[in-house]
Amino acid sequence: MANGSGRPLSPHMQVYKFEWTMALSITHRITGVGLAVGTLLLTWWLVAAATGPDAFARAQKFIGSGLGLLLMFGWTWALFYHLANGIRHLVWDAGYSFELKEAELGGKIVVGASLGLTILAWIIGLAVW
Amino acid sequence: MAANLSKKSLRSPLAEARGLGSAKHGTEHWWHQRVTAIALVPLTIWFVFGVIRHLGADYAAFVAWMKSPFSAVMMALTAAVTFHHAQAGLQVVIEDYVHNELAKLLSILAVKFVCYALAAACVFSVLKISFGV
Repeated sequence: MANGSGRPLSPHMQVYKFEWTMALSITHRITGVGLAVGTLLLTWWLVAAATGPDAFARAQKFIGSGLGLLLMFGWTWALFYHLANGIRHLVWDAGYSFELKEAELGGKIVVGASLGLTILAWIIGLAVW
Repeated sequence: MAANLSKKSLRSPLAEARGLGSAKHGTEHWWHQRVTAIALVPLTIWFVFGVIRHLGADYAAFVAWMKSPFSAVMMALTAAVTFHHAQAGLQVVIEDYVHNELAKLLSILAVKFVCYALAAACVFSVLKISFGV
């Protein structure tokens, strides 16, 4: 074996047939990185509020702008996706739902829940805004 | 099982029993990711509701929200646990894709420093509002 240890190596990605659950897996990672970037806005929001009314108004104005709303919409979905798929991962960590059918059903629930919760949050959000 | 493994392993029986691996941390990093993930489930749900309720809020309403002890503690916890979870996750992403040792080390250090600095800024801001600006 190439690593010289005598232990088997995992074959790399390209030898596997594409399954849509693979896309869910990499999406979990992409949304995680995206949410990490999103913490910059959270920090700006809180620091601005601690700084004073003018700074807070500037942060609120950015969040309410076209770009701000677009980013917020993306982060809303990313947050719900990462939350739902994170729970799916915790279920696996607890030792359940490894069967192919269950894993695929879990994936469908995650996609449905993330989209449904995003739309619901924005309907409520725009109604109270 | 352990006796079977030790025939192939280069590690001493004591090292194998401790199960800490070559990095001496064992499953600590993995476990911290899970602990913070579980904590973030209720915190995230609280955060989403809180943000929606204060979407159009003016400054006074936001300050009043953060003056509530419960809300202040929840917001401080949300920020602290989020950044702990973020730096743990970003470290794994960097370890998977950055193969130059120096670049890997520097980027992991940068991520950790930035995450903890932002966490401190968030927690300080919440406390400042809560105790009175």
